[in-house]
Amino acid sequence: MSPFLAEFLQLILNGVMAGTILAVPAIGLTAMFAVLRFPNFALASHATAGAFAGYVANVTFGLPLIPSLFFAFLVAGALGIASDEIVLKPFRAMGAITTAIGSIALTIAIENLVRFFFANELRGYDLPIARDWIFGGVRVGPQQMQNLAVSVVVMALVFAFLTFTRMGKAMRAVADNPALADIKGINADTVARIVSFGGMGLAGLGGMLIGLDTSIDPLTGFRSMMSIFAAAVVGGLGSIPGAVVGALVIGIGEELCLLVLSPSYRSAVGFLAILLVLVLRPRGILGQRAY
Amino acid sequence: MENYLIAMCVTAGVYALMALGMNIIWGMAGLINLGLVGFFAVGAYTSALLTVRLGFPIVVGVIAGGITAALVGVVVSLVTARLRGDYLAIVTLGFAETIRVFATNEIWLTNGSDGISGIPGPFRGDLTPVQFNSLYLAIMVAVVTIAFVLVERLSYSPFGRVLRAIRDDEQVAAVAGKQVLLYKVQAFALGSVALGVAGALYAHYTSYIAPDIFVPLLTLYIKLALLAGGVGNSKGAVLGAVVVVFFLESTRFIVPLIPYISPVQGAALRELIVSVSLLVILRFRARGLLPEARSHLVVPAALPAPARVTA
Repeated sequence: MSPFLAEFLQLILNGVMAGTILAVPAIGLTAMFAVLRFPNFALASHATAGAFAGYVANVTFGLPLIPSLFFAFLVAGALGIASDEIVLKPFRAMGAITTAIGSIALTIAIENLVRFFFANELRGYDLPIARDWIFGGVRVGPQQMQNLAVSVVVMALVFAFLTFTRMGKAMRAVADNPALADIKGINADTVARIVSFGGMGLAGLGGMLIGLDTSIDPLTGFRSMMSIFAAAVVGGLGSIPGAVVGALVIGIGEELCLLVLSPSYRSAVGFLAILLVLVLRPRGILGQRAY
Repeated sequence: MENYLIAMCVTAGVYALMALGMNIIWGMAGLINLGLVGFFAVGAYTSALLTVRLGFPIVVGVIAGGITAALVGVVVSLVTARLRGDYLAIVTLGFAETIRVFATNEIWLTNGSDGISGIPGPFRGDLTPVQFNSLYLAIMVAVVTIAFVLVERLSYSPFGRVLRAIRDDEQVAAVAGKQVLLYKVQAFALGSVALGVAGALYAHYTSYIAPDIFVPLLTLYIKLALLAGGVGNSKGAVLGAVVVVFFLESTRFIVPLIPYISPVQGAALRELIVSVSLLVILRFRARGLLPEARSHLVVPAALPAPARVTA
């Protein structure tokens, strides 16, 4: 294989991997938007909180990776319910923008809470070191494959939850038409709690998955926020299949841009993608709210 | 100590100028801009680069800073004109972050994360620090006063009335034959001038700027100032800015009183206090200390409209 083709394939592969991981928090974001109807910037700090919860489970208590990821999901989800009940719920009556501003303040508050206890230093997870596999010039890490598998399983679970369970259907009903769902006796408060738990849980899980590749610090979530929002907006805010497609587009797009831009422009790529989609097709790729 | 107090007042002036700018964009026209720190950064970098690299006088730098920020404002508002508020929130926040990423990476232009130092200040070399701070405070007071009068005039001019009409109901304003897009772009540009000039004045005051200064927290400070003072109200904006700066500085004294915490923990605690207070104000005092004047000559008090018609 020619070196250029190999590099190109490597970037596409990295993009798919990054995109699949990105899809996890993006699904959380888009689901919360569909039900609660405001852009929840507190996602960033919940991703960070999840990453640190996973760190405590993995490094402090020595748990293996999968239970640690589960712990990250639970802690971020519980924090998500608390955030929504105590802080964001009263704002929702005042409109989407006030709530969005509130969620920025909330994200800074939680981020600093994490900083207070863990300081600014970079921390790495306790992972077995493994040699990369090489297929015809393309390099794949076993850890990346595991992250990919975890993300795919999580996505499958989310889709199964929304398609087959009563609560999942109720959630889709509220997203589709809150008034009608209310008439049918669906309790909007319960749905809001479940979506806050699930959405922020996915954010926390995503934060840990993002951190597994490199390291974590209190800004982990914030640095990924633009990519996550880009994934959700590009796919169509409120559409869960859209979030997956959007995440793959952003993941691959960010990697391909490495051909011409320096890696630190990663988040700017997300921003450009948002602008492009909003100018050309404001509803996003799968704007017809499929779920 | 007096030097510190003067420096605090200068910072309050910078915040007041930003709050006045935001009052046009957000308070009057009702346009969402969560990326105001991006416009502030554009003004600061423009003026710093023109004076440090090309040797232009400070006044030229400050004016250019305002103009550049306005041009960026026109572009941002045109691109985002059709977007709903929630999307606008995402895009403007992303804009400010992108400016910061750009400033961090284009090292040939902005010196990257090391920042630009040695930005000239008026007569900095000839004056003692106290004298320099006092002079700068005088300049700040003059600029804020001018901006205040202009915004106040604007607010009660036909132009300001149209902006408020667009804020309250865009469709009605359009039906009344107002070019809504044109007004929105103008409001964004005018507000951005204030933000850019504030950035430039900040740069010349501190003599040093770096991407780390232009974080979203600064956007929140100005929101806090507007909320504390009252949205859509120039007096409230200035008052709010002063309150916010004194509040921010007071946390600097409270935090060291807490025993057994490291400097990092102290800094984290400060930001925590600030963000939690914003949440509390947003929640319980959404209209601010001074709500928008409803009894002004041209902004009539809550309308017993039919009575007016018969009178």
